[in-house]
Amino acid sequence: MLAWPGGRSLGQAPGSAPRVGLVFDVGGRGDKSFNDAAFRGLMRVRDELHMPVEYIEPGEGADRESALRMLAAEGFSLVVGVGFIFTDDVNNVAVDYPHTAFACVDYALQTGPDGAVVPPPANVVALKFREEEGSYLVGALAGLSTKTHAVGFVGGMDIPLIRKFEAGYRAGVARTCPDCRMTAQYAGVTGAAFKDPGKGKELGLGQYGSGVDIIFHASGSTGLGVFEAARETGHLAIGVDSDQYDEAPGHILTSMVKGVDVSVYDVAKEVLDGHFSGGIRSLGLAEDGVAWVHDEHNAALLPTGAVAQVDALAEAIKRGEVTVPTTVEVPK
Amino acid sequence: MSAFLSGVFLLQLLRIAVPYVLAALGGTFSERGGVINIALEGMLLAGAFGYVLAAHASGSAWVGLLGGVLGGEVVAIGLAAAVVRLRADAIVVGVGLNLLALAVTRFLLKLVWDSSSNSDRVPAFDADNSAVGLVALVTNPVFLLTVTLLALSPVLLNRTRFGLRLRACGEHPEAATSVGISVTTYRTAGVLLSGMFAGLGGVWLAASQHQFTDGMSAGRGYIALAAMITGRWSPLGAAAACLLFATAEAVQMTLQGQGTGIPTQFLQMLPHVVTLVTLVGFIGRSRAPRALGKAR
Repeated sequence: MLAWPGGRSLGQAPGSAPRVGLVFDVGGRGDKSFNDAAFRGLMRVRDELHMPVEYIEPGEGADRESALRMLAAEGFSLVVGVGFIFTDDVNNVAVDYPHTAFACVDYALQTGPDGAVVPPPANVVALKFREEEGSYLVGALAGLSTKTHAVGFVGGMDIPLIRKFEAGYRAGVARTCPDCRMTAQYAGVTGAAFKDPGKGKELGLGQYGSGVDIIFHASGSTGLGVFEAARETGHLAIGVDSDQYDEAPGHILTSMVKGVDVSVYDVAKEVLDGHFSGGIRSLGLAEDGVAWVHDEHNAALLPTGAVAQVDALAEAIKRGEVTVPTTVEVPK
Repeated sequence: MSAFLSGVFLLQLLRIAVPYVLAALGGTFSERGGVINIALEGMLLAGAFGYVLAAHASGSAWVGLLGGVLGGEVVAIGLAAAVVRLRADAIVVGVGLNLLALAVTRFLLKLVWDSSSNSDRVPAFDADNSAVGLVALVTNPVFLLTVTLLALSPVLLNRTRFGLRLRACGEHPEAATSVGISVTTYRTAGVLLSGMFAGLGGVWLAASQHQFTDGMSAGRGYIALAAMITGRWSPLGAAAACLLFATAEAVQMTLQGQGTGIPTQFLQMLPHVVTLVTLVGFIGRSRAPRALGKAR
């Protein structure tokens, strides 16, 4: 953690209540995913910490940086960018406003020419989630729940971030069901792969048709097509980012949720309490950064004893007894 | 190999092909009349949204179908008004309409369902948990309509007075005018037909999801445009090109699912490479309507 030079606590202009500004990713509020999660966090900041909040929903294109800059210029104490796409924008603006605290959800770390990780500016907190840990748990649950001993994965765009989900999921399945067959498919290699439910449905139908009975998706709204395939064929699917039970009630075994709301709230609280510090923050199971959903909705779908087994694995990961891979080994 | 010979594979490629075929047929009518139509993408998207909005409001998939056709027509009217009436550049207008369709549907999605991602669930032609398979496909009204329209399109274009006149407007508008054919009327009709066809393609996309999702046409309109050119501006040729693309797409999905170890990126290229190769392979013998994109 970096100490802040000077007497003034970072993120708090003298004599004014600290305000929190947040800029959404394209899509904005109502994406039923991490933008909405960030919004929930922001509302908690307003209601529980009583900090004035403001948010901006930029359109497509390059007005992300100007939105961040505007909030910083207006004297907001904490400015949050939601989504990896804000990485460069946050870096640029943070340098110009060294007394403002910045946070970037899903910050993409950059490596320098020597291969070492380039740290973000001192007044930026990079919120990174260990998605592979949550994916491991839902994979373990899938391994326990499958009746056909075949499970599937549908990714959106084929990039390392989404491969992380696949890697954790694969490892989790292998843990509880070593002889399970695993099918992994990706919708595409461009950003459009996160927005093609038509393709998602065909991928889902194909997998269910080949004997797979549970599919985990990490593919944005493409996954809604996977859910539709689950509904039509009477199979199960696993949601991602937020609890997606409502998208196909009775067919969502669980969801791998990211604690974007908690992370935003925590950073705001630190700014309020005057002990904000920049740096890279890696949020996994131990930090409540990721979790798997089990509540009254999906209780009937879970096999007996599964909750205890999966929670035991979660504890093992927290204690460091289980290491979850972040990359997929070459498929057998 | 057996995976490619199964009925499952055949059904999948047919389902994938439906929106492409509809949009490409639509494009054929517009372009044979002489109006370049890259607004197919926007028509698909508007059709999908029109379906969901109408089905949501009425509770009926049939009303939704009409709504979807209407959605496609809204974009078509924009294209016809700007390009045929006001003689604006069809490429510029088409791109503009595609962007506009994306933005307007997103805006309305937020307005009606307060979401930037997807609408609520709406009725479609199949009941929940219906069997996915041959029966579901051949009893789907949109699929039946597609087959019917595919069978009728060559007749309409090549065997009727309307078709002859439409083609005359696309080949030699001056000659058409000299014998008293209103080029404006026929070109408008061609564009409106494309709006209906592509709108129906949007209905297929939305109905099979029971909902609208932001940007759900996902570039299918552009692929359909390429297929139409590959098919040498003939309805059956365009449909054949669409089936070829859909086959490549289904092969790509099947190969990925089998874990061949081939990187996804290469498999994903397959449909596009197939399209490109056929495009290049056929383009020598392919001839666009002579007055395509030209004012009369």
